[in-house]
Amino acid sequence: MNLNEFIQHFAEQFDETSVSEITPSTNFHDLDEYSSIIGLSIILMVDEEYGITIGADDMKQAQTVEDLFNIVKTKA
Amino acid sequence: MEYNPYSLEGKTILITGGAGGIGSEVGRVCSKLGARIVLTDIREDALQSALSSLVKVDSGEHLAVKADLTNADELNVLVDQIPEIDGFVCNAGVMKLVLTQFITEEELTRIQSINLNAPILLTKALLKKKRIRKGGSVVFTASAAGVYRVSMGNAIYATTKCGIDAFMRTVALEYGPKGIRCNSVNPGMVETALIGSFTEEQKEKEMQNYPLRRFARPEDIAQGIAFLLSDASSFVTGTALKIDGGMTLS
Repeated sequence: MNLNEFIQHFAEQFDETSVSEITPSTNFHDLDEYSSIIGLSIILMVDEEYGITIGADDMKQAQTVEDLFNIVKTKA
Repeated sequence: MEYNPYSLEGKTILITGGAGGIGSEVGRVCSKLGARIVLTDIREDALQSALSSLVKVDSGEHLAVKADLTNADELNVLVDQIPEIDGFVCNAGVMKLVLTQFITEEELTRIQSINLNAPILLTKALLKKKRIRKGGSVVFTASAAGVYRVSMGNAIYATTKCGIDAFMRTVALEYGPKGIRCNSVNPGMVETALIGSFTEEQKEKEMQNYPLRRFARPEDIAQGIAFLLSDASSFVTGTALKIDGGMTLS
């Protein structure tokens, strides 16, 4: 599992936010476009791309994109 | 400048079932309103004939793409080869009258696959690959059947159209914040080949249920679809628009 590829998939869930605005240290909860539906898109993306189930608690616990990547990695 | 909020100038519109009675008329009406059209259908000859009936527009050549939308590979090829679109008319469908006790799993699966699964999977692919521009409009050809009334022998078709109704409203809810609207038109009987399985006697009897005393013509449905594609309906989303000559009133 590769962080850059994870960021790419993560960024694809947004429409208005460009991939360049999303880095490992981005606090995604603070992005203007972040919403509950984008949170759900990310949970479903992780399932589709990596076959790993994460939940709303994981989304809440992760502050940055890298935090979330690490949570996904520990479940792999 | 001429005031026309119903204009489709500058918009590109994908129409499935584009060679059929309603679909080909949607193409003609939308091209007359200035849209560039991408027709898709499983029937090659009828598709070329529908393509040649479109009115030329300035924004580009109209296209026709043959595809079996129940085939995942062909669906994906279609999505990858079309230009970005502003409107998506999800119109392809089939109908067969079968009384409940004669329903077979094979027919149930076939009709569901064309009327429900393919529309859901094509919509999903267009949204996932971001082929529909912001400000775009999705219109399903649902039906009065299932959504507003049921009739004998029409269980499978009506069930699929109820599914489309629920899917339409869900897409409207999910994609409203992204600036994409989603609605349906819900016709009663339309004068197309689809109602060929009704006898003349059945049609005559059925017409008594229509206060306007006729069935819809394809243009009646196409003009409703064109409205939902246009900026005239900018604040309309999640709506099932009955175009039924008053049939469901009683």
